[in-house]
Amino acid sequence: MNYEPVIGLEVHVQLKTWSKLFCSCSTEFGAEGNSHTCPVCLGWPGSLPVLNEAALKLGIRVGLALNCKVAERLKFDRKNYFYPDLPKAYQISQFDMPVNGKGELLIETKTADGKMIERKIGITRAHLEEDAGKLLHEGITDGSLVDYNRGGIPLLEIVSEPDLRSPQEAYDYLTALKAILQYVEVSDCDMEKGSLRCDANVSVRPVGQEKFGTKVEIKNLNSFKMVQKAIQYEIERQTEAIEGGETIVQETRLWDDGKGTTFSMRSKEEAHDYRYFPEPDLVPFTLSLELVKSIEATLPELPMARAKRFIKEFGIPEYDAYVLVQEKKLAEYFEACVREGAGAKTASNWIQTELLAMLNAKNIAIEDCPVASKEFAGLLKLVEAGTVSGKTAKDVLQEMAATGKAADVIVKEKGLTQVSDTGLIEKAVEKAIAANPVAVAEFKAGKQKALGALVGAIMKETQGKANPKIVNEILQKKLQG
Amino acid sequence: MEFKIERVAELARLNLKSEEKQKLEKDLGAILDYVKKLEALDTKGVEPTSHVLNMENVFRADEVKPSDAAEKALEHAPHADGRFFKVPKIVHRD
Amino acid sequence: MTDLCSLTLKEAIEFAKKDGAQPLLEAFQKRATALNPKINAFLRFGAAPINKREIPGLLQGVPVSIKDNICIDGREVTCASKILAGHVPPYNATVIEKLKSAGATLFGQCNMDEFAFGSSCETSAFGACRNPWDLERVPGGSSGGSAASVAADMTLAALGSDTGGSIRQPAALCGVVGVKPTYGRVSRYGLIAFGSSFDQIGPITKTVEDAAILMNILCGHDPKDSTSSPERVPDFTQSLKRDLKGLRIGLPKEYFIEGIDPEIEKSVRAAADLYKKLGAEIKSISLPHTEHSVAVYYIVAVAEASSNLGRFDGVEYGLRVPTKDLREMYFETRDQGFGQEAKRRILLGTFVLSAGYYEAYYLKGQKVRTLIRQDFEKAFKEVDVILSPTSPTAAFKIGEKVADPIAMYLSDIFTIPANLAGIPAMSVPCGFTSGGLPIGMQLMARPFDESAMLRAAYAFEQETGIYKKKPKL
Repeated sequence: MNYEPVIGLEVHVQLKTWSKLFCSCSTEFGAEGNSHTCPVCLGWPGSLPVLNEAALKLGIRVGLALNCKVAERLKFDRKNYFYPDLPKAYQISQFDMPVNGKGELLIETKTADGKMIERKIGITRAHLEEDAGKLLHEGITDGSLVDYNRGGIPLLEIVSEPDLRSPQEAYDYLTALKAILQYVEVSDCDMEKGSLRCDANVSVRPVGQEKFGTKVEIKNLNSFKMVQKAIQYEIERQTEAIEGGETIVQETRLWDDGKGTTFSMRSKEEAHDYRYFPEPDLVPFTLSLELVKSIEATLPELPMARAKRFIKEFGIPEYDAYVLVQEKKLAEYFEACVREGAGAKTASNWIQTELLAMLNAKNIAIEDCPVASKEFAGLLKLVEAGTVSGKTAKDVLQEMAATGKAADVIVKEKGLTQVSDTGLIEKAVEKAIAANPVAVAEFKAGKQKALGALVGAIMKETQGKANPKIVNEILQKKLQG
Repeated sequence: MEFKIERVAELARLNLKSEEKQKLEKDLGAILDYVKKLEALDTKGVEPTSHVLNMENVFRADEVKPSDAAEKALEHAPHADGRFFKVPKIVHRD
Repeated sequence: MTDLCSLTLKEAIEFAKKDGAQPLLEAFQKRATALNPKINAFLRFGAAPINKREIPGLLQGVPVSIKDNICIDGREVTCASKILAGHVPPYNATVIEKLKSAGATLFGQCNMDEFAFGSSCETSAFGACRNPWDLERVPGGSSGGSAASVAADMTLAALGSDTGGSIRQPAALCGVVGVKPTYGRVSRYGLIAFGSSFDQIGPITKTVEDAAILMNILCGHDPKDSTSSPERVPDFTQSLKRDLKGLRIGLPKEYFIEGIDPEIEKSVRAAADLYKKLGAEIKSISLPHTEHSVAVYYIVAVAEASSNLGRFDGVEYGLRVPTKDLREMYFETRDQGFGQEAKRRILLGTFVLSAGYYEAYYLKGQKVRTLIRQDFEKAFKEVDVILSPTSPTAAFKIGEKVADPIAMYLSDIFTIPANLAGIPAMSVPCGFTSGGLPIGMQLMARPFDESAMLRAAYAFEQETGIYKKKPKL
């Protein structure tokens, strides 16, 4: 029998505020243990929460970007459970009146046979809640240490509908979601710092069956690749189990990246019953239409819309457009190059290959790129005009990055201008033909490869500056004539 | 009575001794019987009250204020290790 | 020196203006040292000597005592529970900041029912507090230590907290004045929570005027408490007039029921007659859902309490029973740290919120809470103040109701409705039983109209002078 996976994702994103969700402690990452704490986020008896207005507004911003129905009225609830990272023994979260209701996210994904398709993934809800503290186990044999610096940091939990049907789709959903979160500037989305986290709900069912299978929650997924791998593993595990006559139990499993497997997390004795009830220490909130409209007015163009515009306005291939828009700054860089006069296709190709390769090699982000978009466009214009060859241009780019000089300055200083003078090239071609009779004979005998030796000789003669396109034309003509 | 003291005590993290358990089970059964009389009241269409005040939209501005609470808290903690609170190991039993 | 201890707060402030607060402090130190072993009103008391010139403000350095569930930076605060023994809060409650800036000297920390769970002060983990009028009897609760210390002249005034009558009932049983302000009037920041949507801090004093003086200090918006009201705070002392012309007082028929001590009913009805003489209009009213208040309260308040008390787990503060395993630490610490009544309420609250029971209990309770609020809204269209007994009985014997939790819970039947509705209410001494025990009457008013009930209380008190009678100790 064939099985298909049903996948839903829960993404926790840290909202970019200065202070915590319910107190005035700093959200800065990496501070000394417990130094960003106060009676409120330590859960000291008698302390009370007060909502950070900025966090609520950022939450609404995400909701609008995900086409969610933003609540007219919302409230907070207590989720009760015991764990040392939860100092009050309850988490302030949102149960039945979240800030954002149903929404959707359009993603571009590749099918198994490599076709690009657009999929609409439903968003169930996106609600505000406070983060828990952190337990440290490493190097301690007789216990665990607790650090509450992270406790109380504002999170938005974005829950997808179980609409995803493959590990690849899950990966593409996360990439698209992260892009949106970065576009609307609500989070730095740094998985290493824990400001973006993902849990996956996975079940399988026979193809054609409408009813969902029993779902398993997978935690401890520290990168999108891990999400993809863990889902793949879990699909195989569940399918095998079902085929072997086993029943899937609803449980939480942890991903072990070293072993490439998931394993069951909770022991049976722990009954789960969060006993949600309205948080009496916080009053409800009513969102006016004006407030929501004013936030909506500040939303930038979102990745999907931008990709579509790039395709339409600049005529670049679909796939290239989606790659460019994944990162907001990259898309902006591309667009700036085009506005500076570079051809869109050239700019798109060069950014995705040479520029990104250079940035990766230097391990720097696009916003710190040493070559400004205007300068990069200058280089591309030289390439397009045939002033420099592509090969030379790559070297010029490195030089630009190292010296900060403009492309034309470097080309002029080093005399790298490409030779397009047909008379000059013709002379070099004739010289090469005369000097390589063997290669000429081979070519005439049908060996195309022999041409390489001749081109090499011509380039040597012209110090690599001859326009390869013209060289090729003249050489063909001479050899055939 | 639907009240199962073991399960509730587990949720509440109370390790009741058997004598105490019997007494509390009896007390709570009686109290639940007493509060059950609310069932008879018609509350169709009645909004629940979770706040007596008709207040809403209480915020604070997103401003950082330092606090020295942690130093004082760690000083009086049942078990601290440097800048951290310390708890016993989590032992998994299946 | 006993003379100084018998002063009212108002008189003590006048004294301190002339002679400084130090003689007062010494007198109270001496009296508390002598009486506390008998009454057990204070869990801790004492104050460093003060220099009169350094004391600013309205209160001039006079000593005020605090229920032991209000956080004071650097001082032990226990809620009369073993689980918090040795707990030292790292911050001041807002009311403590307010008292300090008004020039109060913090004196005693008052005994109470453990976590304010009780109506007799018998559930304190540090021994029951006794009633100064009869040491074999309870002072009421949960703010029993606060009321007993004021009645015994061990302090000038004290702060209590009231979730279902915890200020008013002990005030009635000890023959003193106790005010529960409107929910949201006084900041809850720093009050160790019992039922967060019910809790209010308020004053317990010898006279109505003293209560008004403290209300002026305690009330007001606090940005640290999201449920603190921005409502303007009037000068409550301005409302204290003896003329009651035009005031409409309601007597709810559901508060004069079977089971109420006839002496108490008689005393409260006599008060109504007196009010008529003072120019008020007396009306019979109905609060039809009164009989359900206790049930609603023991669902909703204990649900909140079960969640509020989750944090006492041995991780960060208070008691920790050493164990090898984390899970065991939770179970052992909470088992050994909490007393019987606390466990009873934690279990009950956990149950009514648990899966499958939430709607039948918690949600139902919240809906009936709405009906009870609506009763008051209707009643206050006809009257300005509601008059009733505070407690169906006078002080009962220590141990008398311990075995029967429901009987104990029912002793709060007249005080709980005000907490369910969030309205202000107070207890004022209105007489004595034939056995010489104090009787209190309750006055309730519209939200934020404390002035109306203070005015009625003041007129009655001035007319009768009951407050002048003191227990013999």
